[in-house]
Amino acid sequence: MSEEETAEGRVLLTHEVGLHARPSVKLTKLAKTFAAKVEVRAADAEAWTDAKSIVKVMALKVPQGTELEFRAAGADADTAVERLVRLVEADFEEGSGDGGTEAAAS
Amino acid sequence: MTAEQRRPRPERRLTGQSASPGLAAGRLVVDRRAALAERVAGTPAEERAALDAALAAASERIADLAGDADAMGGEILEFQLALLEDSALSDPAYTMIDDGAPAPDAWASAIDAQIDDYEAAGDDYFRARADDLRDLKDRVLARLADAEDGDRVPGPDSILVAADLTPSRFLEIDWIRCLGAAVASGSASSHVAMLARARGVPLVVGLDGDIAGLETGAPALLDAVDGTLTVDPEAESEHAFAGRLAADEAARAEQAAYLDRPAATAAGEAVAVLINVDDPALLDAVDPGHCDGIGLTRTEFLFYDRDGRERDGRDRDGRDRDGRGGVDGLPDEETQYRAYARLVAWAEGRPVTVRTLDAGGDKPLPGLTAEDEADPFLGLRGLRLSLARPDVFKVQLRALARAAVEGPLKIMVPMVTAPEEMAEAAALLDAAVSELEAEGVAARRPELGMMVEVPAAALSVDRFDAAFFSIGSNDLVQYVTAAGRGNRHVARVYDPRHPAVLELIARVASHGRVAGVEVSLCGDMAGDPELLGLLLDAGLRTVSVAPSALARTKAAIAAHGGGTG
Repeated sequence: MSEEETAEGRVLLTHEVGLHARPSVKLTKLAKTFAAKVEVRAADAEAWTDAKSIVKVMALKVPQGTELEFRAAGADADTAVERLVRLVEADFEEGSGDGGTEAAAS
Repeated sequence: MTAEQRRPRPERRLTGQSASPGLAAGRLVVDRRAALAERVAGTPAEERAALDAALAAASERIADLAGDADAMGGEILEFQLALLEDSALSDPAYTMIDDGAPAPDAWASAIDAQIDDYEAAGDDYFRARADDLRDLKDRVLARLADAEDGDRVPGPDSILVAADLTPSRFLEIDWIRCLGAAVASGSASSHVAMLARARGVPLVVGLDGDIAGLETGAPALLDAVDGTLTVDPEAESEHAFAGRLAADEAARAEQAAYLDRPAATAAGEAVAVLINVDDPALLDAVDPGHCDGIGLTRTEFLFYDRDGRERDGRDRDGRDRDGRGGVDGLPDEETQYRAYARLVAWAEGRPVTVRTLDAGGDKPLPGLTAEDEADPFLGLRGLRLSLARPDVFKVQLRALARAAVEGPLKIMVPMVTAPEEMAEAAALLDAAVSELEAEGVAARRPELGMMVEVPAAALSVDRFDAAFFSIGSNDLVQYVTAAGRGNRHVARVYDPRHPAVLELIARVASHGRVAGVEVSLCGDMAGDPELLGLLLDAGLRTVSVAPSALARTKAAIAAHGGGTG
């Protein structure tokens, strides 16, 4: 465990009303499927936020056009960041995950 | 619990007072919020377990609902479900419980912090989520009170029973599904009663008896004419009630025939019948051709949201609204202008009387009304408050002068006591109009009239320089009889038939005739067919009533002999 896997990624949030309830629910649900600790922040922010907490993610009140940053630490960190970035890129639409993920179910 | 599971119970009749007449037969929905107040808190361990159970039960219920919901409803429920599963929300509550707080307090405090955060958001979308959290808060609180979710949201053909009914709660309820309500608290002249009358919702207040012992789902007959609630009625009672319901329907149909004709007494004397507007959303259901205009607009709707809290940035239709940029976050000129212009457009050329902000009394407005008054009804309310806060008043006057360009808008100021106050209001209105003109903004100086509700003003009405007088009978009765309008203990003393009240009304009407100034009455007296005759006898020929009372008022006028002319 000393060599813990870490990953980071950035993605532009294009969703029309920003990171509102439905996208946040999808994002946190997907984040929770990973063992890794997953965090998110607006690219210009200092503090990182637990991407598995809907309360905290919604509290960011991220508007459209914000660049989001993800970082993860843990066994599946790479996959976590990759999938989260893909979810945001796909504008939180269904099927944006790898199929069969919680995020894709609605 | 369904009817089939219940053992037959003897008929019980609870009595109260009618606050809004009408009949309804349905099934009870008992609001258990009161039970929460009586809940006894346990040890921290027990309270933890109680919150665990309540959260789990609420989650289960929401998951069920989400399965049936449409896309938009489902989205909200999914969000609520995610919130319930998030320890970031519940952890602060558990911490408070460990520190000795009862579970409901801890939960309310934890979620209130979130609600406040959403309300503070700059973005309408995020602000609107505060409602979702409030809903969630109530769901869990209802569980902690051992109540079903069904107790909160009355279903079709239901009759709501509650210890208390606030204006906010009243406005939340779908009164198409819910046929009426009976509450233990309150009085016929409270603001909830006014809201109920405006919408024609049968309401009994001051209900005596064991409300907590009533069961949701029990069949019941609400008689908001005589002020009774009959639970588990015998077949005979049901039969008699069905007969009355049918007769009531027939009477309504008959009254409805008067709707689209001008009102006149049996002697053929014309009477103008206008409507009171407390919530412009109601106007969508009213045909302007059925009335002679708007006799009273309670502009408080702009300043309060439906929970009686201030300004959450959304109007009653649930639409997002900008325009909280006025003084102290109160609605700004543009927002007010749009609201007033909408009324004028609705009226299609008929007069629209708008009352300036009537805060204070039993309608405190945090940040504006005085907080250290022992007797708010005798305090800084109505015009007194507006004159004390000319900055706030001026925004409203400017918006009104702008809307007056669109049609015959009139301004009415409440709680006037001395002629000097009227003069001061007139000067402020003149200044507002001049200012607009100087700015090149289209404006017109509306007529400025006054409410007559303070006995001193009624007694010396000839000393006032006003374009019209409108008798506010609710407050006039309260001040003449020295009996609080919301105080059920003195409901008997609060008597609109008191000779002193009728004499003051006759005096004002007589002054109007002599001086050639219009006099109307816009209180609840006008909407009561039994009192209406007294008003016509006192010489009044203009009344303003709740939209739901239009038909029966016109019918009552037609049945009146005429007499004094």
